[in-house]
Amino acid sequence: MSETARFLSDTDRDFTRRASVAQVLHIDLWLLLPILAVMFAGLWVLYSASDADWDTVLRHLRNQIIAFVAMLIVARFRPDTVRRLGPMAFASVVLLLVLVPLVGVGAKGAQRWLSLGFIRFQPSELMKLAMPVMVAWWLTRKALPPRFGAVMVAFALVMAPSALIAIQPDLGTSLLIAASGLFVVFVAGIPWRFIATVAAVALASLWPAWQYLLKDYQRQRVLTLLNPEADRLGAGWNIIQSKTAIGSGGWGGKGWLEGTQSHLDFLPESQTDFIIAVLAEEFGFVGVLLLLTMYLVIIVRGLLISLNAQSAFGRLLAAALTLTFFVYVFVNMGMVAGILPVVGVPLPLISFGGTSMVTLMVGFGLLMAISTERRMLSR
Amino acid sequence: MPPVRDALSDTSREYAIVRARLIASATLIVVLLATLVYRYYDLQVSHYAQYLTQSDNNRIRIQTVAPRRGLITDQKGRLLATNIPSYRLSVVIEEVASLDQLLQDIGSIVELDADDVEDFKNRRGRRRPYEPVALKFGLSDVDMAKLGVNLHRLDGAVIEAQLTRHYPEAELLSHVVGYVARISERDLENIDADAYRGTSHIGKVGLEREYEAALHGQLGFQQVETNAHGQILRTIENEAPSNGLDIQLYLDLDLQRVATQALGSQRGAVVALDPRTGGVLAMVSNPGYDSNLFVNGISTADYAALRDSPDAPLFNRVVQGQYPPGSTVKPMIALGALEQGYATPEDTVPDPGWYQLPGEPRRYRDWILRIRGTGHAPEVDMRMAIAESCDVYYYDLARRMGIDNVALSLRPFGLGQSTSIDTTAEQSGLLPDTAWKQRRYQQSWYPGETLSAGIGQGYMLATPLQLAQAVSVLANRGDSFEPSLVKRLGAASVRGTQRARVEASPDHWAAVIAAMMDVVHTPRGTAAAIGRNLPYTIAGKTGTSQVISIAQDAVYDEAEIAERHRNHGWFIAFAPVDRPRIAIAVLAENGGGSSAAYPVARAVMDAWLAEGDGDV
Repeated sequence: MSETARFLSDTDRDFTRRASVAQVLHIDLWLLLPILAVMFAGLWVLYSASDADWDTVLRHLRNQIIAFVAMLIVARFRPDTVRRLGPMAFASVVLLLVLVPLVGVGAKGAQRWLSLGFIRFQPSELMKLAMPVMVAWWLTRKALPPRFGAVMVAFALVMAPSALIAIQPDLGTSLLIAASGLFVVFVAGIPWRFIATVAAVALASLWPAWQYLLKDYQRQRVLTLLNPEADRLGAGWNIIQSKTAIGSGGWGGKGWLEGTQSHLDFLPESQTDFIIAVLAEEFGFVGVLLLLTMYLVIIVRGLLISLNAQSAFGRLLAAALTLTFFVYVFVNMGMVAGILPVVGVPLPLISFGGTSMVTLMVGFGLLMAISTERRMLSR
Repeated sequence: MPPVRDALSDTSREYAIVRARLIASATLIVVLLATLVYRYYDLQVSHYAQYLTQSDNNRIRIQTVAPRRGLITDQKGRLLATNIPSYRLSVVIEEVASLDQLLQDIGSIVELDADDVEDFKNRRGRRRPYEPVALKFGLSDVDMAKLGVNLHRLDGAVIEAQLTRHYPEAELLSHVVGYVARISERDLENIDADAYRGTSHIGKVGLEREYEAALHGQLGFQQVETNAHGQILRTIENEAPSNGLDIQLYLDLDLQRVATQALGSQRGAVVALDPRTGGVLAMVSNPGYDSNLFVNGISTADYAALRDSPDAPLFNRVVQGQYPPGSTVKPMIALGALEQGYATPEDTVPDPGWYQLPGEPRRYRDWILRIRGTGHAPEVDMRMAIAESCDVYYYDLARRMGIDNVALSLRPFGLGQSTSIDTTAEQSGLLPDTAWKQRRYQQSWYPGETLSAGIGQGYMLATPLQLAQAVSVLANRGDSFEPSLVKRLGAASVRGTQRARVEASPDHWAAVIAAMMDVVHTPRGTAAAIGRNLPYTIAGKTGTSQVISIAQDAVYDEAEIAERHRNHGWFIAFAPVDRPRIAIAVLAENGGGSSAAYPVARAVMDAWLAEGDGDV
């Protein structure tokens, strides 16, 4: 934004009538309302999933409040500030990722965490935001569509951190983060034939990747998906139980707190990755549709924000954040329903877990920042 | 302002690009969301009835079905290790209102010791929902009766039938079969805990341990439907476990019994091999113990008694006991000397009853000196040296060969190396040479030590099994097999692994074996006592190994020496000589001399050959 534009923007504010609360807070109401609705629903579902454990529910509420405040703060940033901070943020997160194998702490055979003593966090979570910001910064330095060389550099920016996360090992997160970067590249307008070529190469490398790249447990997850009955005691157990939970919900569900699958401990991870099964069992297909509708409102609003953004950077970032959000919804609900492999992806805004909640809400904060940026030029 | 116009046109072009891509994305999103909606519709509406039944009807549970542990039989199919039904008390945690209360109630009905409760709490950590957790094993009839009456008020407690390991011939075969015992925390670190879900015992020693993987088998499962109280309504699906493989041994139970009885109260070891296969026909370490004691948890007092007994019943002398082999090594050294050119069958050595190294005052005594006051004969040849076990001949031979060539003669027979037999805890004995002593003590070898080695004393150590293997190589005139207990594993027969042949000229084999026959079949042979009324031929060699060293010129007086300091007696032999069907090593621990050992060998060979056993 030029000096003149900033001046125009400031004087503009002086002549308008008193700003609404939403404007003062830089809030986009069409985004905020469905988010609040989903978060509120999440509290109810979690209360049931945790067997009416108030402690868990209150911790979740605390996480929601922290995340909400984080969103409000980020919403006040000007997109251009975010853009200028992008490379620095990206470099810092990459550095943290490099530190993980060196000084990180592990759990269940994977080393994903860094500990600062009072707080433990996964640098890969930060990358979920840093990645699209970085790629959008890079591609908007020149006019769109990007040239071949710029796209190659963008790919390198995507691959490096994804590889670091993949070796933790956390293949699911790694793929989702790579996707968030690739969405920027896609929206920036690389030619379709280029996309087709890459897709063909990716398909062709599926077999070698399966043979040499995937670890046994990762192969197991895919095989379990194809035939959960083969391993009922082990990996197949989760899918069979979650499908049973969902299916037995029917149209209207068994009713709140009445889900037998979850309350009798058949359902694994019922407070985190598999929480949609609790919702589906207790609120039925109608509940699932209502949730999907709210998600759809969020997604449509996100795409509109992208369309109406004031800068190319804002457009790309908003689009990538929205598409990534959609992918989380799709992957989580797909895996619990048994059409995608089980990767550790929480259900956005509902699953218990502080870090992912904060990351997600900061992402929405960025969307609001883009949405509430004052219009500089009319088209 | 051309740049501005460019910028403006770029902006609108960029807008168009992004808009097109957003429309494409929105399309894809709609398609994928429709897929999700369809999937949930399919599960929740189309297949509602099916899933409702599954979730409602209710609570499908997976129960593990432990595989049956493989049986162990002797070569004639007689059971050495089997499984018998027994009962255990388990708890389904989900159905318990208060676990502490339940444990207290159970404790007031049957005895629950702290170990039981501790193990129970450990097992609890690794279970699936509704999987019963074992609390007390091996319920007695009285326990069963008491629990049966009270079970209705013990919510969550169930009595489960299971198969428990049982050893019908426990004491007789304890060192062959070994035993299973409950899986310990330490075992869990070394096994796949999932594969052992439903299995409570694991092989700890002997064959039970060595063949654990084959004997254990593979876990099966049952998918069962239960009502709200956890009672099983029906089995939905059943995947049978694949049972452990049965194991058939080369061992013959009758021969094992004969060997054990022949030893009687004599501490020691007997191991008989079939020289044609390396198969172990009998393997006795006396005393044994009751392996059944270990199966359901041996009491502290019982275990202490076994562990602290001076007779060391838990010690498998056949493979763990390392003793100086004494004169049993003489035939092998003789063969080496013949092959290496240090002796011919005709060479003689003067025998005054003692031997002196040139320039040394010390006299190395022959064992015959204290009996006859002189040597075996003025001049002793190789044949007499073996038949009458002349030490002076071997002092001289060993000195001329040097320790490294002595070791070179013995090594091909397997001394100083583990035999790779298929059981646990085998020791490798010790075959010293100059390099070993340098390594071990950073000292050079002394000539006097060579003389000791020449008669199987000094540093040299061997297990009874190693000597049985060595004598079976003599029986085969060079062909050599690794000793093996197991003949068949499931349906597959286990072929004996062939070791490198010991090469020597037929004349040299004949010379050594003829001398070994003299040991039994001539009046002056050291085992002439078993040569009477022999319906077959035996080639053997006696041995005596010192437990304490006797001072120069002191006289070994059996009566004056504490029982545990008396010499060990050895006898190794094979029979019949022309077509050997059995090779044997007998150790009589503190038996005083070989006379405590060779009658045992005769009894075992009589039993084996008289009945025509061993004819294949």
